[in-house]
Amino acid sequence: MSVKTEQMQSNHDIWERIKSKLGGWSLSAYGILAFAFLYLPILILVIFSFNDSRSVSKWAGFTTEWYGKMLQDGQILLSIWNSLFLAIVSTIIATILGTLVALGLERYRFRGKTAVDSMFYLPVIIPDIAMAIMLLLFFNMSGIGFTPWKVNFFGARLAVPYSVIIGHVAFNTSFVAIVVRARLTQMDRTLEEAAQDLYANAWQTFRRVTLPMLMPGIVGGALLAFTLSLDDFVITFFTSGAGFNTLPVRVFGMIKKGVTPKINAVSTLMLAVSLSLVVISILLSRRSGDGDSVQMGF
Amino acid sequence: MERLRRHPELQAWLILAIPVIFLLIFFMAPLLIVFVYSFLERGKYGGVEWVFTLDNIRRVFDPLYFKTFLRSFYIAIVTTLITLGLGYPLAYFIAKSPPSRRNALVFALMIPFWTNFLIRTYAWVMLLRTHTGLINVTLMNWGIISKPLPLYGNDFAIILGLVYGWLPVMVLPIYAALERLDESLLEAARDLYASSGKAFWRVTWPLSIPGVVAGSMLVFIPSLGAFVTPAILGGGKSLMIGNIISNQFLGAHDWPFGSALSMVMMIAMLIATLIYFRWTKKSELAT
Repeated sequence: MSVKTEQMQSNHDIWERIKSKLGGWSLSAYGILAFAFLYLPILILVIFSFNDSRSVSKWAGFTTEWYGKMLQDGQILLSIWNSLFLAIVSTIIATILGTLVALGLERYRFRGKTAVDSMFYLPVIIPDIAMAIMLLLFFNMSGIGFTPWKVNFFGARLAVPYSVIIGHVAFNTSFVAIVVRARLTQMDRTLEEAAQDLYANAWQTFRRVTLPMLMPGIVGGALLAFTLSLDDFVITFFTSGAGFNTLPVRVFGMIKKGVTPKINAVSTLMLAVSLSLVVISILLSRRSGDGDSVQMGF
Repeated sequence: MERLRRHPELQAWLILAIPVIFLLIFFMAPLLIVFVYSFLERGKYGGVEWVFTLDNIRRVFDPLYFKTFLRSFYIAIVTTLITLGLGYPLAYFIAKSPPSRRNALVFALMIPFWTNFLIRTYAWVMLLRTHTGLINVTLMNWGIISKPLPLYGNDFAIILGLVYGWLPVMVLPIYAALERLDESLLEAARDLYASSGKAFWRVTWPLSIPGVVAGSMLVFIPSLGAFVTPAILGGGKSLMIGNIISNQFLGAHDWPFGSALSMVMMIAMLIATLIYFRWTKKSELAT
């Protein structure tokens, strides 16, 4: 190799190195900007929930007045109880159904499996407005209507329409099934085979080996379902008939009327709840060792 | 019991029976109802008359409504493209970070996504509103602008809201594809004197296409069916197909037409998805 080509080669190397350094810096700068874009609006929302003024565009000192106003608003409190009750009930049902779906589809081969499999993906894919009006028409046509389940929940008298609960279970089941299936595919089957070699019957194997190993997936699915149920606005709004409010439905009504720091306070509360759910799911998945799929839910 | 053990197919159906029946009743039957209602006449006081008609389908293609359809498509496509443009480098940034930091960054990405969609949309109402929004008020106080910018109640606001809402969903699958990428392929490209640009377009990009496809679909479908974002950020002026559908049930009481609109919307989504998959398959083969 001549001196000249060697020289060219090292020039080329230096140039490439400068380029990759510059590229690395601009990539990091971009990353920071992108995260700022994701977080700044939420941060500003939280800051203005403490603003000592009706305005949400000019800072006028610190106050917790809006949180006090929120806690005195009976409508908001009732909607919080509704949201919690709905989320708990629909999560329990959807977690059981979704786990069954995951087990049936992941562990067995049978005729019509593809059809069943795609059917359970539909509620995930279909836009929520389409699912909402589908259910609205269905409940209107069937005898179920919007009959409420009257219940005393920690002293709060609630009337939660069955239609809303069913609607939430209908979309949550699929999400739970996806998360639990992800866990099932990762699971090592040798332990189950070992149990069977030791003459455990199918039920014992399931109860003592499969279920405990599957637990992180089930918990992850349940947390996702709980979050989705708490967050849902569209399906609740259309399947509840008149007069039933969850917190998001209430907030939607408030936003339509205008912008006040009270909405910011309610939003901050909802944000805190979501955040603690994320933290719980991180802690749980840490303890179970792996579980990227569990944490993300997708 | 003995029979059950010998017939795994029977076992499978026992496990699946309850959820399948549940979904058949509370999802497939409602889907069928929407389909049937699309071809029925509107009742006098809401509801339907059981008379077959094609009028509802015809009305969907009436320019008055079809324009909204096309605009929704336009908004969904622009949203998907911008989200891809912003999301790809972000996914690349996370994939190139040291492994110890990657998980933290993925969580940082997921936290806004786990936050209520309504709240994230409301945050932009606060920022964008024409006379009292934080951005316009601040810019005017600083004397940078004298008239408020048209940030709210238009397509710009809707697209911004959608991009903000769905960006994490675009980034995740692309990140997953990039993270799986075999570094040695890039080294091989560099050893063969490929410039970093060339190495990217010949190695990284083709291998990340499955992530790009998944991300694009996950953004495009909810954007086309968006209801909350245009209802809040469109300020009542800028509407999408989701709002027209909801109006048929909340205000106009024209259920058959609302059903027809959502049927056409779902079919349009299906077709768009199929075209997109075929198209990306082809371009994957080409590279």
